[in-house]
Amino acid sequence: MKYLLLIYGNEADYALMTEAEQEANMGEHMAFSKMARERNVYVGGEALHPTSATTTVRVRDGKTLTTDGPFAETKEQLGGFYMVDCKDLDEAIEIASKIPESRAGSIEIRPVVIFE
Amino acid sequence: MSEKTHAVIENTFRQEYGRVLAALISQLRDFELAEDVLQDALMIALERWELEGIPHNPGAWLTTIAKRRAIDRLRRDSNFARKQPLLVEIETSEEPEYDDMKPIADDRLKLMFTCCHPSLALEAQVALTLRTLGGLSVIEIARAFLVSEPTMAQRLARARGKIKVAGIPYSIPPAHLLVERLDALLAVIYLVFNEGYCATSGDSLIRSELCGEAIRLCRILVDLLPDDSLNAEARGLLALMLLHDSRRNARVNAAGELVLLEDQDRSLWDRAQIREGIGILEAVLPLRRPGSYQLQAAISAIHAEALSADETDWPQIAELYRRLAAMTSSLVIEVNRAVAIAMVDGPHEGLQRLLSMGESMENYYPFHAARADLLRRSNQREAAADAYQQALALCQNNLEKAYLQRRLDEMNAD
Repeated sequence: MKYLLLIYGNEADYALMTEAEQEANMGEHMAFSKMARERNVYVGGEALHPTSATTTVRVRDGKTLTTDGPFAETKEQLGGFYMVDCKDLDEAIEIASKIPESRAGSIEIRPVVIFE
Repeated sequence: MSEKTHAVIENTFRQEYGRVLAALISQLRDFELAEDVLQDALMIALERWELEGIPHNPGAWLTTIAKRRAIDRLRRDSNFARKQPLLVEIETSEEPEYDDMKPIADDRLKLMFTCCHPSLALEAQVALTLRTLGGLSVIEIARAFLVSEPTMAQRLARARGKIKVAGIPYSIPPAHLLVERLDALLAVIYLVFNEGYCATSGDSLIRSELCGEAIRLCRILVDLLPDDSLNAEARGLLALMLLHDSRRNARVNAAGELVLLEDQDRSLWDRAQIREGIGILEAVLPLRRPGSYQLQAAISAIHAEALSADETDWPQIAELYRRLAAMTSSLVIEVNRAVAIAMVDGPHEGLQRLLSMGESMENYYPFHAARADLLRRSNQREAAADAYQQALALCQNNLEKAYLQRRLDEMNAD
């Protein structure tokens, strides 16, 4: 089953990280991706720019409304994601718990819809 | 059909439901399909058994019929091509013919872990466990938790839907998760028991069918858990529930009023249940796998062994509460520990302890009820009346409220 693992965290805290801390974090993600590939569950994954780079678009009555910032202001922001293909939810939980941000932030596990 | 035959069939259904459903889910890997075809099989059984009598192996009979229905349904399914591999697997997996002697495999433990998976909300875990393992009807579960039938049906449907789309596994958890998942399972069983033993709201204090169901589920769990180190706490919980439940008939008097432990007619206690509970405890304590259920059962056993309230070994109870509080901290343990201390060292010591607990207790009615009782025992009538008032304002169960009101009236009378 495919699961999207959404990585949430406080991006203000992230911005305060020293260069060394950021490098260490990057290293952890490299190790995570390597592990996920070796276990044959890795489908994909990306890191996202902070919400300051975000644009939200809506079309109402045929008009395109474009605004600065994310759809909703939240304490923790979406900072990246991985897509994994796991045996079941327990395996997805185990994989998610190895993402470094699971320690300071949280990982939301969303099963992907399969259209028949 | 005679009422007696009907009752025997109903009882057989109740006994077999969880095991048959677990076997079906194990093979079909689809909760909804398994439940649907089992319903079909039960309908067929109701007709046939009335004429032919109950078969020797009703579980295997129901499983065979339900499996045939499932195969029919899968064949008719528009997604036949996609489901064909599963169909082949089901058809070849086991003898599809009914066998009088061969018991069906017991997959209920797997099903329990699925129903109590932490990704389901606690109330959904409870409802699902009662429905799928206990075989209680939606109406029965809705009544037990004081919600409407459509609300409960929706809760169950959502939970089943989540199991399917989120891929909640149908298996015994891996070793590193087993202890934690088992704790969740015991918590669900104990919650069912407590809802039956001390209903949080409504007119009756005890809903004995929930207590009975929790004990039955715990027995199944104890039987199915493989080794001693794992099932020590499960057995502790079974002992605890048996000991609590042994006092059921003494907790409410003929007038329908709540009777506290110290005032209960101990001849009404169920001695057989007490013996069984203490027996389990004596077998499990030497394993040296201590846990909070075993400790609580030990406390309950001390009460059960006292011939009268005066003969209660309070120092030992206070010591067990000390160990319990060190293991798991909870409001109810803290309050009970203070009461035990009051019984050993006097109401003043108990009150001191209660008062030191502070604000976390402000909205917890047993705290105010315990405080009120200790104030009453130390003859501080006005303060006691005040505390009974506070407890009354927070209590939701009408029987407990009536008890508190009686005490309050006593304090106000001169």
